[in-house]
Amino acid sequence: MNAPMQPPESRYAVLDAAPRRARDILLRWEVILVILLVATIVVNTIVSPYFLDVFNLADATFNFSEKAIIALGMALLILVRQIDLSVAAIVALAAMGIGYAAEAGFGPAGLFATGIGIGILCGVFNGFLVTYAGLPSIVVTIGTMSLFRGITQVILGDQAKTKYPAEFLELGQSYFIKMKESGVSWLFIPPIPLSFLIFLVLTAIFGIVLHKTATGRKLFAIGSNPVAARFSGIAVDRLTFLLFVVSGMLCGLAAALLTARLGSMRSNIAIGWELDIVTMVILGGVSIAGGVGSILGVFLAVLTLGLVTFGMSLNNIPGQVVSVYIGLLLIAVIAIPRIADKLGLRTGR
Amino acid sequence: MKTTRRTVLQLAGAAGAALAMPTIITTRARAADKRIAMIVKNLGNSYFDACANGAKEAAKELGGIEIIYTASAKPTAEEQIAVIDAQIAQKVDGIIVSANDADALVPVGKKAAERGIKVMSFDSAIAPAGRIVHLSASSTPLIGAKQVQMIAKTLGGKGEVAILSAASTMTNQNSWIEAMKEEWKKPEYKDMPLVATVYGDDQDDKSYREMQGLVKAYPNLKGVISPTTIGIRSGAKAIVDGGLTGKVFITGLGLPSEMKDYVLAGACDTFAIWNPVEYGYSSTMIMADILAGKDTAEGSKLSMGKKGETTVGKDGEAVMGEPFEFNKTNVEEFAKVF
Repeated sequence: MNAPMQPPESRYAVLDAAPRRARDILLRWEVILVILLVATIVVNTIVSPYFLDVFNLADATFNFSEKAIIALGMALLILVRQIDLSVAAIVALAAMGIGYAAEAGFGPAGLFATGIGIGILCGVFNGFLVTYAGLPSIVVTIGTMSLFRGITQVILGDQAKTKYPAEFLELGQSYFIKMKESGVSWLFIPPIPLSFLIFLVLTAIFGIVLHKTATGRKLFAIGSNPVAARFSGIAVDRLTFLLFVVSGMLCGLAAALLTARLGSMRSNIAIGWELDIVTMVILGGVSIAGGVGSILGVFLAVLTLGLVTFGMSLNNIPGQVVSVYIGLLLIAVIAIPRIADKLGLRTGR
Repeated sequence: MKTTRRTVLQLAGAAGAALAMPTIITTRARAADKRIAMIVKNLGNSYFDACANGAKEAAKELGGIEIIYTASAKPTAEEQIAVIDAQIAQKVDGIIVSANDADALVPVGKKAAERGIKVMSFDSAIAPAGRIVHLSASSTPLIGAKQVQMIAKTLGGKGEVAILSAASTMTNQNSWIEAMKEEWKKPEYKDMPLVATVYGDDQDDKSYREMQGLVKAYPNLKGVISPTTIGIRSGAKAIVDGGLTGKVFITGLGLPSEMKDYVLAGACDTFAIWNPVEYGYSSTMIMADILAGKDTAEGSKLSMGKKGETTVGKDGEAVMGEPFEFNKTNVEEFAKVF
């Protein structure tokens, strides 16, 4: 089986052709995002003298990195035609576990493990209901959204968990990589918070897995046509289950980072995040119909949304206006390629 | 063709980023007037809009102060932290916060302090570690005393009085009632006995029925104190509905918008609550003092402009004053506000 059975060359040629075409379309989307990102940076730089300041930008990443980490898992789920709306509730449940573990005297490593452990359990529960019980993920996770949040509210009531070890808080509140200047004004190591660093590393890992491995191709296959994927011998249920577990795990990780940053947790922690996260993923070009998307797109969308929000609040634009702008942005970015198609601008490419 | 188009776009992007790079280092804070950010729980809340108007009034009076009034769209700690971060980034001089979460705002408050920005809270406090001063609208003794004084003024110090509270388990209600009883010990109230304390559980229908029960059980009842916004509006409605206007008066803590009709009908002569315009005004005056380098240790005095002075207590807590009184002359004006 192993040695002599070299598959014919032509077969590989056929397989290679499809991804290249898909990538062409994706590049278009990412080009739009790059233009948006550059426009955001340029406009904000002109409008506010405080925007392009390494410390300010580093501080701004604190406020979206936890969501961005969860968005990576969400991107894969949406890619395979699933969704996890319970992410914010998992964050709350995991954060509560971290709160109790901290009171029990756990150190930073133990607290991260607690959060990730609870996240994985929640993911297993979601994944089990979706794959083994065969229920639609949107129904399951709307249910577990109330369930996990409800458990947190029942146990905590109006109490807050506020006792955490100093080393744990340090991880969430200070820069993990400190600013280092080299003497040359444009050459320096910027300050990077732990949450943003983890996001960068995870983005690289997710990017490689999705775009450079067989598993990644299987995910695209499932997203394009789950039935065909199953008949092609892809373990659709097992991979889907795994993605829910990964999503839960990322929520647990985000919960640990968020708790460390806030130094406090209440039952309303991270409330409403699920929609912010779905927004990041959709803006990143992951098709809600499945089978299309890239980690680079999600990464660019995260940066764009983060900087738009930060830039607007720097100019003291009220939060409601920011919501309106992000809504318009989302519709515009989704509509532009479709309109371009209708006008025939993309035919012949 | 397609390659060139893409390359052009990429080059444009790179050029944009390259152009932006030098400013990363060269950007420094503008030297300008003192800027104070007032960050409230959420926007679109007329109570906080009134606070902001007071802050702007104080800024005008002091001169050289710019007020930035802002909040997040959602009243959550995480969103409020992002808004505070943006203010820190703008290097404002002072931040006045009505906190969505006392504990979760401590780290960002400390961060502001590290960058030389003064932080105080009003309305809803940040825990002591995250701010310099918290200004409470009023204190328990002042709130208790004010309500007894108001009913005494309405009744001329004569007649039976009852209390219509919320729930017997509510800490703030009970401590206000204790404070009222303390004030009641004074000799000028000897002809105005307290005959009963009943609980409406902060429900409109239960408060309404408790009020009806009170007037039946005590035929000589002249006045009712209700230290809860729901109790006072339901009690006032029971007075009007029962045709008791002019015979029984209600007072207590209420909202002008809800009490306006009852004040004009005569069921309520005066009632009180803190005035949000003064609250924003006093907070800004105190922040101006802090920015001027005034001592904020326990026992030191801070100016609240035309509202006088306040003394900093334990844990940096200061009190604005007694609740603000509303009556026929001003209730319509404030009903538009909150």
